[in-house]
Amino acid sequence: MSLTQRLSGGTADYLDQRTGIGAAVKNFARKIFPDHWSFLLGEVALYSFVVLLISGVFLTMFFVPSMNETVYQGSFATMHGVTMSEAFKSTLDLSFEVRGGLLMRQIHHWAAVLFMAAIVTHMFRVFFTGAFRKPREINWVVGSVLLTLGLLAGFSGYSLPDDVLSGNGLRIADGVARSIPIIGSYASYLLFGGQFPGHALIPRLFTVHVLLIPGLILALVGLHLLLVVLHKHTQYPGPGRTDRNVVGFPLFPVYVAKAGGFFFIVFAVIALLAATFTINPIWSFGPYDPSPVAAGAQPDWYMLFLEGGLRLTPGWTEFVLGGFTWSFNILIPGVIVPGVLFTTLAIYPFIESWVTGDKREHHVLDRPRNAPVRTGIGVALLVSFLVLALAGSNDIIATNFHLSINDITMFFRLFIFLGPILGFWITKRLCLGLQRRDRELVLHGHETGRILRFADGEYVEVHKVLSEDERWLRVQHESRRPLQIAPETDSRGVVRRGYRKDRFRQRVSQFFYQDRIEPITPAELAAAHPDASQDVHGAMRGAGNTQVGADVPMIEPEVPMIEPAERRP
Amino acid sequence: MNAADSSKDLTVRADGGQQPARFENPGVPEHRERLADADPAAAKRAERQVAALFALSTVGTIGFLLAYFLAPPGQSVASIRTSNLLLGLGLTFGLLGIGLGAVHWAKTLMSDHERIEERHPQRSSAADRAGAIAVLKEGAADSGVGVGRRGLLKGALIGAVALLPLSIAVPLIGNIGGDWNTNKFRHTVWRAGRRLARDPSGTAIKASDVTIGSVFHVIPDGLESEAHPLDEKAKAVVLLIRLDPRDLNETPEKKSWSYDGIVAYSKICTHVGCPVALYEQQTHHLLCPCHQSTFDVANGAKVIFGPARRPLPQLPITVDSEGYLVAQSDFHEPIGPSYWERLK
Repeated sequence: MSLTQRLSGGTADYLDQRTGIGAAVKNFARKIFPDHWSFLLGEVALYSFVVLLISGVFLTMFFVPSMNETVYQGSFATMHGVTMSEAFKSTLDLSFEVRGGLLMRQIHHWAAVLFMAAIVTHMFRVFFTGAFRKPREINWVVGSVLLTLGLLAGFSGYSLPDDVLSGNGLRIADGVARSIPIIGSYASYLLFGGQFPGHALIPRLFTVHVLLIPGLILALVGLHLLLVVLHKHTQYPGPGRTDRNVVGFPLFPVYVAKAGGFFFIVFAVIALLAATFTINPIWSFGPYDPSPVAAGAQPDWYMLFLEGGLRLTPGWTEFVLGGFTWSFNILIPGVIVPGVLFTTLAIYPFIESWVTGDKREHHVLDRPRNAPVRTGIGVALLVSFLVLALAGSNDIIATNFHLSINDITMFFRLFIFLGPILGFWITKRLCLGLQRRDRELVLHGHETGRILRFADGEYVEVHKVLSEDERWLRVQHESRRPLQIAPETDSRGVVRRGYRKDRFRQRVSQFFYQDRIEPITPAELAAAHPDASQDVHGAMRGAGNTQVGADVPMIEPEVPMIEPAERRP
Repeated sequence: MNAADSSKDLTVRADGGQQPARFENPGVPEHRERLADADPAAAKRAERQVAALFALSTVGTIGFLLAYFLAPPGQSVASIRTSNLLLGLGLTFGLLGIGLGAVHWAKTLMSDHERIEERHPQRSSAADRAGAIAVLKEGAADSGVGVGRRGLLKGALIGAVALLPLSIAVPLIGNIGGDWNTNKFRHTVWRAGRRLARDPSGTAIKASDVTIGSVFHVIPDGLESEAHPLDEKAKAVVLLIRLDPRDLNETPEKKSWSYDGIVAYSKICTHVGCPVALYEQQTHHLLCPCHQSTFDVANGAKVIFGPARRPLPQLPITVDSEGYLVAQSDFHEPIGPSYWERLK
């Protein structure tokens, strides 16, 4: 036995005698995880968060969270003699005096930008593949809370340097707080410890940013990962993949190396961004002063949708009623729109399971095309987010493309309603089209480009039959069908209770699943070319001129009925 | 659109009968060997590549340390950018070497045989559930709760626990808003006779300094001697603009608020409080750069576009005996964003 073997054996024995960790290692070390690039999105978010913690600790060693005024005398000559807060001065010092400080600042900010981007893309991966379905609904909610916490972490963080740009952002936050009915002005005082800007805000934001929010994020990330381990990871459909297994590679050594290595790659990309792209150059903005403002000012990208909402909502939505001011021009974009957007996202799994009446566990992911309405809803949400974000950059668009800012704003005011509807409709049609394409491929195989001429003069193209694995991917899913409900009246013509509720649920269910394409069944495939088993080349006479789509069966639903007896009290 | 889309057009499938209803899962595909599995030379090559990547990391870290000691930032922005670039590239290669090396190792040399693990339903077994209920019942019985006669005990405990957080919440809420005197929203430091001064120099402005079409960013004279200059500045900043008096449409009651075509408006937007800083001389429009609310200075600063609802409040001005511009009074309404009790 070598020395290292003896040493590691000794350590393992020592630990196990005191913790019983052996059982956990036995169960966990060779746990199987499936492989797919889209599963890395969540990892990017996790690793960006680790980078945020590392760079954040570095920054706290030098940042002074104070609004006390001081006169700058540091090494950045341009600002000599300028009065500024200690927060701003220490941020300047972090950039100019602390060697490597600017790199850490830029790493921290780029990591935050990437953190939010990874959360949002990860969330949409989960959404579009239906990974939020039972048993993962709770984990989806945990993720939604993490998204909100990420927004707060970002906003509280980039406000800390007390520069003109972030100061105006805080002033906007003050305006939004004041618009809240009844308690608005008190909400503003609560935030700032008195009048804006006061002296309390930066120290308060600091505590929120370095203790409260990261603590919550850390706890919820722990819960998020624990649930992933409990549930075992979802997997994409494919040969051998079922709802009762997980196919992939063991944690040790494959994912220790891959995921561990990926952490360093994510960190490296953030470091490269920080090395080559300037972010938040506060020395060119200057310290906060309530008077100046820069044209073309933008928040970080994940706050743009709020900014866009504020720019779009017309002024006439503010009115006076009963002597009190109702500022819907701020309440709608500042409170109602984000509230509706985030609530819809967070509760979506519950809506969908109510609509389908499906109480089974799902571990094989949906291909987005096989859930056209869900995919459409996801795109609609994305489009509204995108339109609002673009509206938040309307001045940049106007100056870069020489367009009238008023025209752009009017267009977005219209498109915030039209865009999501269009996005939904186009996506749904695309999904149905892709499903038809799958049917065609399964029925008729790949085009080979080989043309045969028959003795009677007819030309046909040879089609190559799909391999079993290729076909399985396109036929494995279940086509969901609208719910059926018990009739309105019983045999004696008495209207039953709860019929209206059931009727509503059925209507929603019809919206989701009325338009659908069934996957090819073995019988259909056999009917399409009875000689397929003998014909190696899969040459099919007349197959080319059949319009696929016209023969797609739409089936009268034979679906689970909600009987009155089945309904919960 | 073809018929298949329409939910009304439902055709019934003809079923052969002997075919199964669904296709069968073909099972996990056979393992395909990689180059490094079959060819020992390829495996050796991959090993060398992994080692080279780890070595790249070491080079990166040494580069970082060299940059730290040999290229310190100087006085200029350019020098900190250079330092930042060199440190950042060193760190990037230091990280990238380890990351790519580990992933390359996993992909070329570690076993890539797919394995299958069974899943089990998430719910615990019936026996476990029954056991859980049994121990909870046992515990409840031991505690004496749920017997019914302990209603008083339960009520008292819930009441006590519900009240306790007040000891933290009351002082927190009591102090967190400062003096909670939101009446401060209604007033600024402008008073009758207070001179208008340039922002940020603080020098007073004479009416004769203001030519037609010019704009001044204004603060109250002597702002620095206020108790909280920044808080007061946040409310009191004003834009001073001189128009040709013929272009100026004034309501009769505000006729006396301007002086010879010079008007002063609050610089704080009535939307969410950004400084309204962009003046278009030809159209007399003021534009807020944050959310593009546009105000017409020639017409009482009324809103002509954007999310703001109310005109910018006007500061009544005149000149004193030495020809300096002075305020006639404070603003006649709260400046800045709307809030619930603004008109009370």
